[in-house]
Amino acid sequence: MKYLDMTAVSRRMNFRLFKNKFAKVMFICSTLFGLIMLAILIARVFTQGIGWLNLDFLTGKLSTDPDRAGIMGAILGTAWLMLIVAPVTMILGVGTAIYLELYAKPGRLKSFIQTNISNLAGVPSIVYGILGLTVFVRAMNMGNIVLAGGLTMALLILPIVIVSSQEAIRAVPQHLSEASYGMGATKWQTVKNIILPASLPGILTGAILALSRAIGETSPLVVIGIPALLIPFPSSIFDKFTVLPMQIYYWTLDSSLVAEYAYLAAATIIVLLIILLILNSAAIFIRNKFQQRF
Amino acid sequence: MSTLTINKNNNFQQTNIISLKNVQPRETIYDVKDLNLWYGDTHALKGIDLSFFDKEVTAIIGPSGCGKSTFLKTLNRLVELVPGVRTTGLITYQGKSILDQSVEELRTRVGMVFQKANPFPKSIYENVAYGPKIHGIRNKKILDEIVEKSLRSAFLWDEVKDRLHENAYGLSGGQQQRLCIARCLAIEPDVILMDEPTSALDPKSTLKIEELIQELKKNYSIVIVTHNMQQAARISDRTAFFLNGEVVEFDQTDVIFNNPNDQRTEDYIRGRFG
Repeated sequence: MKYLDMTAVSRRMNFRLFKNKFAKVMFICSTLFGLIMLAILIARVFTQGIGWLNLDFLTGKLSTDPDRAGIMGAILGTAWLMLIVAPVTMILGVGTAIYLELYAKPGRLKSFIQTNISNLAGVPSIVYGILGLTVFVRAMNMGNIVLAGGLTMALLILPIVIVSSQEAIRAVPQHLSEASYGMGATKWQTVKNIILPASLPGILTGAILALSRAIGETSPLVVIGIPALLIPFPSSIFDKFTVLPMQIYYWTLDSSLVAEYAYLAAATIIVLLIILLILNSAAIFIRNKFQQRF
Repeated sequence: MSTLTINKNNNFQQTNIISLKNVQPRETIYDVKDLNLWYGDTHALKGIDLSFFDKEVTAIIGPSGCGKSTFLKTLNRLVELVPGVRTTGLITYQGKSILDQSVEELRTRVGMVFQKANPFPKSIYENVAYGPKIHGIRNKKILDEIVEKSLRSAFLWDEVKDRLHENAYGLSGGQQQRLCIARCLAIEPDVILMDEPTSALDPKSTLKIEELIQELKKNYSIVIVTHNMQQAARISDRTAFFLNGEVVEFDQTDVIFNNPNDQRTEDYIRGRFG
């Protein structure tokens, strides 16, 4: 006596095969949806913006006249902003990650800090903008300069850098640090000579991805009050500034007044996308090139 | 050895006295008294009493999970890296409690070779020079000398002298393990702790490491944890048999293997369990 009735199996086979195929098609559709939307977006941006993208546009000063407007100021502003964000997040983020992973004793305090860092990573960016406005712009009376914006952005991506650095440090095999301790190395010597070099590719990858998030972020800077029309180039961290996504935002906002602003926004989007693409490629390159096997 | 101690290790105390009569007395370098260790609530080492002697190879054998490796790591306090470890008892190294000196100093005198070859992701040269460098040697010429001497002592020099600055991960498993031994020799320790150094190696590399241990014995005291009983019989002067966190028997290796005092040792040696 068999438990499986072959006639019943055959009867249901077609329906089973249909469900099998249906599942596959569903998953392909989910993937395609995202891809198609992205393609439409890019196609639209390129067709609108590519004609406006030339050297004069890249190197020119901002202007209300669409034919003379350039985005050098925004490019420089983004660069100055990164000059603050990158070192501040790297030093504070990696330092915190090292402390939490290698020094902090497991216990309530550590899990309290850890939970809060994870929560901070989920705080909406506009809230960081309000924090920056309160602390840096008003309380410390900096005004809406590069330094204030950079510190705000640094706070925004700090949790991401901390968490990704922690993961990179955790990925360094225990047996490497044991070997170092086993020879009489102090903790700091082990951290400096073994753990940090081995985790650096992972730390850098995470930091670059976090930086590219900061480059594309707008809302904290809106709250801080970045000017809509800023003609002079920023030349130090104490100057007023604007950045690429802010420029896109204001041009899009004003495109109901001057139709050409929409094309300028599109051209700026292309520039921003290229910068982000370069940064992400750098992250992938670093990950692949310096990835070590242990 | 104290003859007054009356405890469950009575057997071992007696055998030890007998054995000490018929070997030339050597200087004791490590003395372990009533060592207990807990991982959280797990009592992993129970009342260990052992002594290790100068320029001897002591093998520690026993089934998996009996506490051999844990015991080895208490000798250089590496076990303290594991969270939740608690120990009681006294370990003296050359007459001084290991807790009364800085761990860094202790680990400079007591080197360790691990089960899995664990070279640093650096060049062969940098691996060997690592120890001397962290202890403050900066002179390039002296470092070169140390690297060559250590690699020669580990029988590795001829195989790697032309590629000292290549990554250590390019070496074979056996070569990597000898590199780790060379790296350990570079800090000029008095004692070398070896935690199953050949368990991940093929028979040929194993033989090379065993020959190396015989050679090193002239200048170093060696404590080796091994799974391989033939290995213990081949290379060690004394053997301790661990079972469930206790020392069942500790004696000269030929006594342990040919005429063990305890039935459990006999059973383990004959392959009846483990």
